Amino acid sequence: MRIVIAEDLALLRDGLIRIFQAYGFEVVEAVDNGPSLVRSLLTHRPDIAVVDVRLPPSFTDEGLRAAIDVRKQIPGLPVLVLSQYVEQLYARELMSDRAGAVGYLLKDRVSDVGHFVDTVRQVAAGGTVMDPDVVAALMTHRAADLPLQALTPREREVLSLMAEGRSNAAIAARMFVTEKAVSKHSNNIFAKLGLEQSEEDNRRVLAVLAYLEG
Amino acid sequence: MSTVGARPSPSRRGPSRRDRIGLRFELLGQSLVLVSASILGLALFCLWITAVLIVGVGVGIPVALLLTVLVRWLADRHREWAMNRLGQPIASPYRPTPAGNWWTQLWVILCDPASWRDWLWLGTNSVIGWFTAGLSFLFFLGGVFYLIYPFLFWVTPPDVFRTPFGPQFELHSVPESAVMMPLGLVFLVVWYASAAGLANLNARVMRSLLAPTEQVHLRARVQELASSRAVTVDTQASELRRIERDLHDGAQARLASLGMSLGLAEQLLADDPQAARQLLAEARESTSSALVELRDLVRGIHPPVLADRGLDGALQALALVNPVPTSVMIHLPGRLPAPVESAAYFAIAEVLTNAIKHAGAHRILITLEFVEDAGGRLSILVSDDGRGGASIDAGTGLRGVGRRLAAFDGTLVVDSPVGGPTEVRMSLPCELS
Repeated sequence: MRIVIAEDLALLRDGLIRIFQAYGFEVVEAVDNGPSLVRSLLTHRPDIAVVDVRLPPSFTDEGLRAAIDVRKQIPGLPVLVLSQYVEQLYARELMSDRAGAVGYLLKDRVSDVGHFVDTVRQVAAGGTVMDPDVVAALMTHRAADLPLQALTPREREVLSLMAEGRSNAAIAARMFVTEKAVSKHSNNIFAKLGLEQSEEDNRRVLAVLAYLEG
Repeated sequence: MSTVGARPSPSRRGPSRRDRIGLRFELLGQSLVLVSASILGLALFCLWITAVLIVGVGVGIPVALLLTVLVRWLADRHREWAMNRLGQPIASPYRPTPAGNWWTQLWVILCDPASWRDWLWLGTNSVIGWFTAGLSFLFFLGGVFYLIYPFLFWVTPPDVFRTPFGPQFELHSVPESAVMMPLGLVFLVVWYASAAGLANLNARVMRSLLAPTEQVHLRARVQELASSRAVTVDTQASELRRIERDLHDGAQARLASLGMSLGLAEQLLADDPQAARQLLAEARESTSSALVELRDLVRGIHPPVLADRGLDGALQALALVNPVPTSVMIHLPGRLPAPVESAAYFAIAEVLTNAIKHAGAHRILITLEFVEDAGGRLSILVSDDGRGGASIDAGTGLRGVGRRLAAFDGTLVVDSPVGGPTEVRMSLPCELS
């Protein structure tokens, strides 16, 4: 898989390169600022871009804006955005084109290398992955919502994990239950929230996130 | 900073004719009081001079003190009147009277330049009062007098109202005396046209003599700044202490334990790979916790989204994660200075937390606008439909917000009747870039 990395701190940039090389990915270019990222993405058209939100020259959300801009020119270009902090506002902006193939994670999550690499693959394959912090904020935000209150604690846990972008198999492994049990929960959730069932994982994630965004 | 705003008086915004006539008669009544007050003032002035002259006799001292109290009361009433007339606040210029025996009080009052200005005003007012309020009243009186001239001619004995302008001009009968009536109309027109102007002139003279002098203003301002600076320094020092403690007990401790785990894992790697693996997993957990703590700390110092998106974006982000539906309305023609943005953000965040915790609100509205008066200021309104009853003194954190805003010369006003709704208004002087 061909990857472009945008990260201005050399320490973290090298760390990411090392992880990707250890898993046999090809890092085609590692840049350290916004304009270079745009140029690199447009020339290399990688399978996925791993982008830090804050980049020079402005040291604001330069990376996020660059990623959103490039996706206007190359719709659906997979982008995984990393940040020292997550904002629901940014998650919403990233997902606003409804094209999928986006991820938004805290940099901390990289330390769980196995899961991080799975996430990269998932986003490259067109999936949507949200950080548990974003999902938790969304759940709090909609806490007063009646259909959400009708969910059992177990169902709410499944809903959170679905919103993070996990497959039934991953949810089952995480909750120590069978995949069949997860699928039953998921049917109940969709019925209670009045959402249309979907077998396809990515569609399911988008539906759940759209619901939580309200 | 004063929170009393200048309200445009209704008479300046296209009032109806009835309003205008009503105002004239109101002023007429007031001018009668003002003229009486100026006579009283003259009497006080003479009495005071006498009291000062006989101050050596002993009885002069209590009389002078009593008169000073009376004059201050009289001056305060005039300040109120001039304030209403001009629609501008006039602060009290007196130095605070210290607790203590009567001669220290007397000394402070005598040394207060405002006391001497009061006496100056008394003297001036006994003249100016006549030339403004008295003149206006005389115009009206003249109007009425000439309008009812034939009636007066008729009811009075002969020879009284025969020669209004000297012996060359003599009136012989009641119908003939009606020739004076147009003069009454002229007087009334003059009265009507000049009443507001004369009253304003009087009020301006009062303001110039009764309002605090520039020096008093500066003295008060220096005091205000000294106390707000003390609060700012205190707050900053305690913030720094908190950050130091958080770092020391949090991230620093975690990094230290991380180093230990990694060192131990390195030792164990050859002999006990299973234990080493366990230690490495723990070390990873430890980095995550350290990062969470650091993130919270950074948010408390300067939220990253504020650096990225400015106040507008940061407030949208804040509203987005608020459990109570929150709308943000911002009208800013430019970007605010960074310190003001930060102060406004934290103040609003605190007020929001307050509304969520105590008010049980269902909707919150945040309004920000830039007001261009006296150098410009950011005006913030946070309103909710909760149960109200919030106050600065209720220990709900609003006092702290007010104190922090004071460092920027800002103000906080809470309007929260029991039963709601609550409105928290904040104001921060600033310039746009």
